Amino acid sequence: MVVLTTLGAPDTSMEGQLIRVDIKTKSFGEIEILRDIAFSVEEGETVAILGPSGIGKTTLLRLIANTDPDFVGKVDRPNNMAIVFQEPTLLPWRSVLKNITLVHEGLGNDDAMAALERVGLGGKGDMFPGQLSLGQQRRLALARAFTGRPQLLIMDEPFVSLDEKTADEMLALSEDLIRETRPATVFVTHSRKEAKRLANRVLELNGSPASFT
Amino acid sequence: MTSHLRLITIRVLSLLALLVLWIVAAALTADPQILPMPMALIKPFFTEFASGELPFHLSMTALRVLWAFVLAMSIGLCLGLIMGYFPEVDRWLDPWLVVFLNLPALVLIVLCYLWIGLNETAAIAAVTLNKVPNVTVIVREGARALNPDLKAMAKVFHMRRSVYLRHVVLPQLSPFIAAAARSGIAVIWKIVLVVEFLGRSNGVGFQIHLYFQLFDVALVLVYSLTFIAVMLSVEWLFLQPWERQIRRWRDS
Repeated sequence: MVVLTTLGAPDTSMEGQLIRVDIKTKSFGEIEILRDIAFSVEEGETVAILGPSGIGKTTLLRLIANTDPDFVGKVDRPNNMAIVFQEPTLLPWRSVLKNITLVHEGLGNDDAMAALERVGLGGKGDMFPGQLSLGQQRRLALARAFTGRPQLLIMDEPFVSLDEKTADEMLALSEDLIRETRPATVFVTHSRKEAKRLANRVLELNGSPASFT
Repeated sequence: MTSHLRLITIRVLSLLALLVLWIVAAALTADPQILPMPMALIKPFFTEFASGELPFHLSMTALRVLWAFVLAMSIGLCLGLIMGYFPEVDRWLDPWLVVFLNLPALVLIVLCYLWIGLNETAAIAAVTLNKVPNVTVIVREGARALNPDLKAMAKVFHMRRSVYLRHVVLPQLSPFIAAAARSGIAVIWKIVLVVEFLGRSNGVGFQIHLYFQLFDVALVLVYSLTFIAVMLSVEWLFLQPWERQIRRWRDS
């Protein structure tokens, strides 16, 4: 299997297109999951990838995030990335503040504290993530993602399993943070409403193997 | 706090019950040559202590336990991590692990003495080899259970390898390391006594051998009970508080 990926090396030909995805095919064993998926995202642009559960959205994000390098095709991506998962994916054994400073080592405690303040977690820096509510843990995951001022932001259904009010608050917070930070954002969801609200462009995954329709 | 107090009360009462059982059994036996009364051990204990014999042999044994413990934990930790991380290595080394896990301690001890000689190296090697497979198995489970999402997170955010190991991997492994350490120290000191019994000229195991040949039940008991007390205090004063410390985030 030919595997072609580029690791964040600055590519001058990209001109505003921060990420360029060109996936020929991706399989797990015999089963082909994705085929012929090509798109690019510009700085400050938010692209939503919409599709039913189990279609391969998360698989696609893993290829984009370079956490799964086993596919045929090519992805150009910037070095400075951030990710927000379905689950908060925090370090439960480190304090809320450490959850930010350990990931962004260049950042001082003051910056991290300001980031917590920004997402409404001011004064909770010394707690453990387990002491926060699920909504607050998600906010922490958002703070962690935006604090590094990422060029590429990847979000994998970050608003699932939240009650409607919390999901709405989170959506509004994400909107604001994206507007302030202006990363190229790729965002996966099964909710058309979320996709329309957050994204400039909506791409729909369909079929098996999945591709854009 | 009350539950903690209750736990201590239960422990003390339970140990006292054991003591009563001993006294009853000694009274029924009515032969101090076979089973002396607990009180009858106090005098020989102080005699051995004052002569310096008891502290000397205790410290020799403790030193061997410490050496074997540190070696077995470090080697087992490395092997367990490698086997947990790399399935290919695991497939090759797993049969070895099964063989060593099923090798009786006595066989390893005798072979080490025969091949290396009746010396300190052989003694510590024998104990270490007995414990390494066990630590490896426990740590391997931990390495297999590492959270793949946290790994992906660390990769996307370009966490430094050393930071990742210290703050992401180690905390996930620590319950497994603690389990390996506690079961490790319990097994190791028992094997050390056998090693000393068979081929050393000092240590608690050697003294037990000596007083076994002299049929001196009282001194056999003095040496074993003193060392049991030492190991229990290690467990209660160091291992358990350490485990509580690393579990702190779970309880708060």
